Amino acid sequence: MAKKRPIALLSELASHKETFGGDMPLAPGHRMCIGCGIPPIVNEVLLAVDKPTVVATATGCLEVTTGVYPVTAWNTPWIHVNFQSTGAVIGAIETAYKVLKKKGVIKDDEDIEFVAFGGDGGTYDIGFQSLSAAVERGHNFLYVCYNNEGYQNTGYQKSSATPIGAYTKTTPVGKARVGKQEPRKDLTMIMASHGIPYVAQASPHVFRDITKKVRKALSFKGPKFINVLQPCTLSWRFSPEDTMRLAKLAVETLYWPVYEVINGRYWKVNIKPKRVKPIEEYIAAQPRWKHVLKYPEIVEKIQKEVEEKWNLLLHLEEMSKKLAEDEGIDYEELFKAPEDKK
Amino acid sequence: MAQKKVIALTGNQAAAEAMRQINFDIAAVYPISPQTELMGFFAEYVANGEVDTEMIAVDGEHSAMAACIGAAAAGARVITASAGPGIAYMVENLYVASGMRLPIVLLDVNRALSAPLSIHCDHADSMLTRDSSWISLFSENAQEAYHNIIMATKISEKALFPIIVNYDGYIVSHSIEDVEILDDETVRNFVGPSDIHRIPYPLLDIKKPVTYGATAQPDYYTECKYQQHVDFLKVYDIVREVFDEFAEIADVKYDFIEEYKTDDAEYIGISMGSSFGTLKDVVDILREQGKKVGAIKIRLFRPFPVKEVAEALSKAKGVAVLDRADSFDGIGGPLFKDISTAVMMSQNRPFIHNFIYGLGGREVKEEDFLKAFDRLERLEKGIETRDRFVEYLQVRE
Repeated sequence: MAKKRPIALLSELASHKETFGGDMPLAPGHRMCIGCGIPPIVNEVLLAVDKPTVVATATGCLEVTTGVYPVTAWNTPWIHVNFQSTGAVIGAIETAYKVLKKKGVIKDDEDIEFVAFGGDGGTYDIGFQSLSAAVERGHNFLYVCYNNEGYQNTGYQKSSATPIGAYTKTTPVGKARVGKQEPRKDLTMIMASHGIPYVAQASPHVFRDITKKVRKALSFKGPKFINVLQPCTLSWRFSPEDTMRLAKLAVETLYWPVYEVINGRYWKVNIKPKRVKPIEEYIAAQPRWKHVLKYPEIVEKIQKEVEEKWNLLLHLEEMSKKLAEDEGIDYEELFKAPEDKK
Repeated sequence: MAQKKVIALTGNQAAAEAMRQINFDIAAVYPISPQTELMGFFAEYVANGEVDTEMIAVDGEHSAMAACIGAAAAGARVITASAGPGIAYMVENLYVASGMRLPIVLLDVNRALSAPLSIHCDHADSMLTRDSSWISLFSENAQEAYHNIIMATKISEKALFPIIVNYDGYIVSHSIEDVEILDDETVRNFVGPSDIHRIPYPLLDIKKPVTYGATAQPDYYTECKYQQHVDFLKVYDIVREVFDEFAEIADVKYDFIEEYKTDDAEYIGISMGSSFGTLKDVVDILREQGKKVGAIKIRLFRPFPVKEVAEALSKAKGVAVLDRADSFDGIGGPLFKDISTAVMMSQNRPFIHNFIYGLGGREVKEEDFLKAFDRLERLEKGIETRDRFVEYLQVRE
């Protein structure tokens, strides 16, 4: 973290028409923290959608900072109902669209895309039932989780995405216990187990990857899920200008593998760091977590979790190639972005 | 001219028939007794292509109401149904729906709340909704349930408030009665076609992006609630308007309350839902004995017709409020407090006493209500005394 480099301003990114093509779906003037990882994620996702988009958002940081009566930062139809219902809400809007179009009530030829955002609280925990059910019903929507590994909107309590040993207000570091006792839940794997057309993990520092993944996701009809790691400057307690650096480090240490899964059957790891950085470097960059460096047994557990998951992913990838070959499917073609398809 | 036919139907079948005729865009469904078979009947219509409705079989009642909110905000005509604990589970979202001013129809097939678990009828579930800014209609029988659903669809869309149609679990939902059914065309003309612009700001009007569900800080929250308050008061006129329009197609003139032999009544019993038939029978029995008694049924429960009840009670000596739910607040049942407010506004402020009956499906007999009238008269005349306003009928102490 010695050398600090400011990231490009979002307004600059937005005006870069060759890349993004114009207006930001999420307008400047929202109330998210300086250095928050959410706005780049939301804009990266929505700028990749080239059709009119209806957005639903779970309660959480994104919601309370972008729609503050009587103003709104949303340049696209937007709804928030509550923490736990976002899957049901976006699914019902999509169904309403389908019925009204069938009935001839809506006559527009142009298709609408349906995108939902939720934090890890609204996605891994309180909203999981509703999301799982909406996915099982097969609605046509993309759900994006901005995963900041804790309940940040309420001041940082643990979620099931919080890593082992991390400090949160409900898992403090004390004499008897050191932070969260349990390892994080792997929601991406759980979503892949639903067998839906497209599931991916992504990191905001590689926005081309997110753009590609969103376009790839939207090339499928049905439910799609992308889990994006969102470093939280406020609760992880790093300097606001380091957000993207943290995201990059998470990928370089294999803490947050960037990969995609098609139909819950074919796996592809998108980023394979040439030189894997030690997990300690990522932990040390986060004051919420760095105390675990004093406890070798916890670091060992983290290291083991990360290595095991990475190995599993590599094996799943190899297995997928073999599976595709057996089934006569072109593995590389399968993962190509829609615009790069033959 | 409306064509009518009389068919033998259960309450749930009559409700499903209304749903078929209205041809809702979306029905969010989740089973719970005694509502379950209603959506089962409706699912048959969907499976046979008799409706355009898309059923969303959600993961629970909380999601059912969330789905209704999403679809209604999109601009669709939506309905869901539940009972007892299912209503309790969706309460959070009931407030979201009314706060967003969305037209939604919710059928509450009234059921008791746990614990102990009971699948049978009382009104405790509906009482959870009474402060939620939903319009609420109670139905005495399958016929009224059928009529109420048709009227409710229109009331809700005119008022831009969601609406609950209550009918008693099992007693109405599962009992077969003769129900006069209107023809499909008449019903569809009455409610009007699907159109996302029935609401001012549909989400699916993609050219006019709108924000639903913003957060409001202390500088605006009060104003948001005040607008809701003011508009909820306008619901009375809208309900009356729709009742009047409905009279033209169904030859039945509904009012906020229904009065039975109250003109010269000294003692009046008040109830909601299916027990009103028993109450009227008891009035007849007592009239034969020369007692001047009458009965009132509350049809429009929210907004509460406080003026109309006050007027109807203006000449009475005593009022027995029959509550099918307890409030456990040391005062009395929920209806008792509403009627007490009306009594305060009435000219002569009659004596008022509260009886809790019919909890968890306990059968209501004439002798129960006879006992209530008798006790009311003795209390009012000072023959007997009371140390509280509320007592249970039909209980083994």
